[in-house]
Amino acid sequence: MASVCFYFQVHQPNRLRRYSVFDKDHNYFDDYKNAKICRKVAGKCYLPANRLMLKLIERHQGQFKIAYSLTGTVLDQFEAFSPEVISTFHALAQTGCVEFLAETYYHSLSFLYSKEEFTEQVEMHKKRIMDLFGQEPNVFRDTELIYNNDVATWAKEAGFKGVVCEGADHILGYRSPNFLYTPPGENDIRLLLKNYRLSDDIAFRFSNQDWPEWPLTATKFSKWVSNVNGCGHTVNLFMDYETFGEHQWEDTGIFKFMEHLPQEVLRHPDNNFMLPSEVIDTFDPVGEYDVPWMTSWADVERDLSAWLGNAMQSNALHELYQLEKKVKDSGDPDILSDWRKLQTSDHFYYMCTKWFADGDVHKYFNPYDSPYDSYINFMNVLDNLQGRCRIAERETAELKDPSLEHV
Amino acid sequence: MKVLMLGWEFPPFISGGLGTACYGLTRAMSQCGTEIVFVLPRPIPNEYSSHVKMAGSGTVSVPVPVSSHAPEEDSPIAEQLSGPALFGNTEFSHVSFRTVPSLIQPYQTEESYQETLAKLREGSAGEALKKLGEQFGQALNIESLEQMGGNYGNDLYQEVQRYARIATLISREEEFDVVHAHDWMTYPAGIAVSALSGKPLVVHIHSTEFDRSGEDVNQMVYDIERQGLHYADKVIAVSHLTRNIVLSRYSVPESKVTVVYNAIERQGGFVKSTARSIENDEKIVLFLGRITMQKGPEYFIAAAKKVLEVMDNVKFVMAGSGDMARRMIELAAEMGIGHKVLFTGFLRGNDVDRIFRMADLFVMPSVSEPFGLVPLEALRNDVPVIISKQSGVSEVLNHALKVDFWDVNEMANKIVAVLRHPPLQETLREHGNFEVRKLSWEDAAKDCIEVYESVAAVPV
Repeated sequence: MASVCFYFQVHQPNRLRRYSVFDKDHNYFDDYKNAKICRKVAGKCYLPANRLMLKLIERHQGQFKIAYSLTGTVLDQFEAFSPEVISTFHALAQTGCVEFLAETYYHSLSFLYSKEEFTEQVEMHKKRIMDLFGQEPNVFRDTELIYNNDVATWAKEAGFKGVVCEGADHILGYRSPNFLYTPPGENDIRLLLKNYRLSDDIAFRFSNQDWPEWPLTATKFSKWVSNVNGCGHTVNLFMDYETFGEHQWEDTGIFKFMEHLPQEVLRHPDNNFMLPSEVIDTFDPVGEYDVPWMTSWADVERDLSAWLGNAMQSNALHELYQLEKKVKDSGDPDILSDWRKLQTSDHFYYMCTKWFADGDVHKYFNPYDSPYDSYINFMNVLDNLQGRCRIAERETAELKDPSLEHV
Repeated sequence: MKVLMLGWEFPPFISGGLGTACYGLTRAMSQCGTEIVFVLPRPIPNEYSSHVKMAGSGTVSVPVPVSSHAPEEDSPIAEQLSGPALFGNTEFSHVSFRTVPSLIQPYQTEESYQETLAKLREGSAGEALKKLGEQFGQALNIESLEQMGGNYGNDLYQEVQRYARIATLISREEEFDVVHAHDWMTYPAGIAVSALSGKPLVVHIHSTEFDRSGEDVNQMVYDIERQGLHYADKVIAVSHLTRNIVLSRYSVPESKVTVVYNAIERQGGFVKSTARSIENDEKIVLFLGRITMQKGPEYFIAAAKKVLEVMDNVKFVMAGSGDMARRMIELAAEMGIGHKVLFTGFLRGNDVDRIFRMADLFVMPSVSEPFGLVPLEALRNDVPVIISKQSGVSEVLNHALKVDFWDVNEMANKIVAVLRHPPLQETLREHGNFEVRKLSWEDAAKDCIEVYESVAAVPV
């Protein structure tokens, strides 16, 4: 049996505007740019891809299934800038063949810095998915598939039945990602491991003409999937949804590829499509996947170095989370919302100096000319936010001051 | 492969980046086994170079003053020095130096040339002249100099032509495959030598008249540059920025112009930590270079004013001299930040190292900078840099902060950021130092040799 389990990540950050040390206002975000990008990607990717998925689900009458993880920030942007995307997701949710995963509302790294904030964001996100699509997520994914044993322990306690994570070679060793695993000593939660080779064949290599397998056809890919029969239960294909039409442009044939993939996969009688929670319910775990340190799906290192690889990144994150108590004590919803939007991992990804000189995927997604510019901009914004917290703190102190009570 | 190189600046006689570049390039070429005869007008030791002495003059052949013959008919007018004797090491083993007594100095304007000449005539440069005389092994005065070189030119144009004449004479005694001329003062010489010998000419453009003078160009200099660029078989530009100027302002065919970036000498050992005491938390932001229009000093001061609006514990140091120095001192005073902007005058040798060690940040706000070697020096000294986007060096540096020279708000924003956030400083320093170490003169030399090979008749 080879069950193909698709999960697509849908996310857009709230990009900051150019904010200099001389700026005094509280408008940190570049709404013009965010709207423009959101609408552009909606037109090139989200809308055509959603329509395609709907068509495929209808055509295969319940046999084609997919999962999504939509961040709170992207949902907010859809609502504001292209609400029609939400309605197509809603239509997908109605088919019964689509599962939504849980994650942090702000696509944040809060698991690493504040469990309290992290838990609040996951709850916010769950509520949002429930409100929009009427589903209670029961499989969890952390930002950028950041994972270690502690994430599993937390997820189990929070009532999730599974976590998706990277099938990293250095942890798996000789073993295959095409099975269910458990964290060490845990039997109540399952781990779905990304098959990064097959996932990246679609997400990264699809249009690469230097790749010996180019051009990749649905027939060829289905053959690779079928090869898993007898040595695996599930093929976990996890990727950014923007693969369709944005990372791989339409003229590469990515939509055509996807359109033919389900029928090619289903041609083999032992193959099918499953949702993450169905995989968990259907198969037994074959072993323990022990991850004592942090892994992720980023870069070749599969670690945190894309967000925490240099002094600027750790400094910015540290300063940001240090502000948590003051932000929450302020009781100001605007301050809280701004602070949370600053937590989105992309802000720290822009500060990455790894490979900066070579210019690669990091550069493509980066609205800044250099990691230094992004750090300077972020710190200027954070400095202003700190100032707002100080003012709020002073105001509450004055309110509580008994000597002023008679005034 | 043997190269006749025509330059106008070389250590220890140096007042700017050109000499440093020629030094680095020539040394690396020599190590690649290329034979070089380097012809340069040794300038009258001036205020910039009077502190250095020419090392070892054992192989100096004393020039014969011309008395009754026309200079063209004369044999060696210039002295000849071998590289090893001059620099006391083997790095220049394939280089010999020929020098022409001349008043030519780089970055010179007609006015400053006249000034030097006047000084010379008044005898105020007598001391310097005497020193030069000692090197030539005979007493020198204006008259003997005039005899030697035919005549000291009465203007810059004549001076350039005189250099060309003597270079042509020297070239007759040398065998070479390619002529390589550095910047406009040597272009007439390059053209003459190339025409006479039939050897191909490569001209190297370190800076154009538009960089030095903005739109207010000296027509004569422009004409010489244009002539040289068009006559040359190949042109080497120090950056794409300069290449674009060469293409658009001088209408040189694209296929003729190659970019070869400058580099920096590797420094042995480690840089000593700053000698500053812990109590002193005052930050130092450094400007180092000629204080001239081209270098954008007024933008530095305007940015300083902005920075001081939001932080106090910082001083701005302007190291260098130039025709705008006075004006800048006044400007700082007018803006009410005179006590925060310090002027050191021209720094040399150890003082340069010392000021780098004291600095927290180096800023190069150049309006037009064909390349810009100083940021590399700063990075090598572990000082983070802010450079203007209008500089050639910004094409090779990733780990530097970049601003438009006119955007003083952004410049100030970045200065504040570096001073306030140690992690930023640390990351810039770490990566910048690493990046600079990847720039080598060997690579630049190999690129030049490739250019020679493309024009030379004989295979190397």
